[in-house]
Amino acid sequence: MKRRNFIKKASLSTFTALIGADIVFGQFLPEGYTPLALHQTDPFALFEKDKEMQVLNDRPWNMEAQAHLLDDSITPNKYMFIRNNGLIPKNIDINNWKLTIDGESVKETKTYSLAELKSKFKHYTYQLTLECGGNGRSEFNPPAKGNQWTVGAVSCANWTGVRLKDILKDAGIKKNAIYIGYHSADMHLTGDINKAPISRGVPMSKALQDETILAFKMNGKNIPLAHGYPLRLVAGGWPASASGKWLTGISIRDKVHDGAKMKGSSYRVPCKPVAPGSKVKDEDMCIIESMPVKSLITYPKTGALIQRGKKINLRGHAWAGEYGVSKMEYSIDYGASWKQCLLENPVNRLAWQHFSTTVGFPSRGYYEVWARATDTENNAQPMLLPGWNPKGYLNNACHRIAVKVV
Amino acid sequence: MILKRKYLFYSVVSLLAVILILFIRHKSENENNYEIVKESASFNGIKDGIHINTGLKDADGLPLVIAHCTGCHSAKLITQNRLSKDGWQEVIKWMQETQNLWDLGEDEESIVAYLSKNYAPSQKGRREPLKNIEWYALED
Repeated sequence: MKRRNFIKKASLSTFTALIGADIVFGQFLPEGYTPLALHQTDPFALFEKDKEMQVLNDRPWNMEAQAHLLDDSITPNKYMFIRNNGLIPKNIDINNWKLTIDGESVKETKTYSLAELKSKFKHYTYQLTLECGGNGRSEFNPPAKGNQWTVGAVSCANWTGVRLKDILKDAGIKKNAIYIGYHSADMHLTGDINKAPISRGVPMSKALQDETILAFKMNGKNIPLAHGYPLRLVAGGWPASASGKWLTGISIRDKVHDGAKMKGSSYRVPCKPVAPGSKVKDEDMCIIESMPVKSLITYPKTGALIQRGKKINLRGHAWAGEYGVSKMEYSIDYGASWKQCLLENPVNRLAWQHFSTTVGFPSRGYYEVWARATDTENNAQPMLLPGWNPKGYLNNACHRIAVKVV
Repeated sequence: MILKRKYLFYSVVSLLAVILILFIRHKSENENNYEIVKESASFNGIKDGIHINTGLKDADGLPLVIAHCTGCHSAKLITQNRLSKDGWQEVIKWMQETQNLWDLGEDEESIVAYLSKNYAPSQKGRREPLKNIEWYALED
């Protein structure tokens, strides 16, 4: 509080002196806004994250895990990636929080308080895989713009809430409904209150799935602020941007939702394959729906030195968007031969599946252990980068770790 | 609110710690060393060719980039990206069309030149070798 007051009183010239450069268009800085150069924040303390998490961006906050941090069956908050498009809302008042259901295809616009949502509708808990559409972007060539995620923008936590379909049916869905779009309480980076940082959605078929929920708990506790407190739409298996945080509204649309980050190259890929580096027209881009099959070796951490004759216990998780994973394999010879891992069933649909095996090595030397999952539609992970796309989405190339036998 | 208070608490503690360290160093070390401390603590300092406070490379155009680009978003959004001249130009156009970025006027040329020179792509191929491996003894 005191800091805010200080900031309010500080003049533009004070900021300019501190930064050592003129602030261009400084007169348009929103009141109470601290220029980024003056931010001194410990995000690990702020968001209760592990110190090994990697900060990609601090305005807006974006943070990812490393493969070995994701070893838990159920991802705890401290290892959950943060992907924000805008600024996290401040001063959340849960007693006056409202969720409005509206749009062209709602029978009756309805507003619910959090207490009503919790008391009126049945609660469900599902373990749901959320992966950023851009997870793995850093590997694309030519590079794609945006946060350069490596492998850690994925999580699978327990989410508790009410089914979206129960609420939509309570408000009434007209026959011409095609899509839903969410609205959130976060703020655009510029502070422009007329601009939504992000307002995406899913087709009705996804909105009406049992596992598509409006969650108020994550891993049995209130959702952490960075992950959408007090209410989050969770649509597992799709780009995590479809799971709107700090939810204030759902519009039932008679057309494909046209909110922020639904158009252009945002969360869209070329409808037909293109050569790397191609320019693709807007009308030739298609919205990403289910995420592709993928897996991660979470133990051991890459860089393991082992004694000759010793075996390693390998384990990790595999997931496949809307589908299940049917086969999990590993290779220690760059794909010349593959051996099968033990693969567990998911605890529920859209939850990741755990795999494990024991791996031996024939001689001393440098090895890479590559992991490859195959989904129930018979799609396997590629060893090389999959099709290039302008924003670098959907990199599901095999994960690998380095091992040296000494 | 709890988070905010915690954050305030941490900020105050770390600020006090920095002041204490600077104070002790100032008392105990000679004039030359004091200059170094002052430099690294400054918001405007450059160390090893990097602007300390933003992480941006120290090169022609740096003040313009700080002034125009870090008002709304982190400099990390620049330093983690690698784009061609056309690529950076397109990002600016996209920000102007959708994200409220202003007309950069005659500064645009210098900004694009800075970005495309200092944050240019390198050829990565279809899959890079594993890099920066930190080796450790695995005991099971």
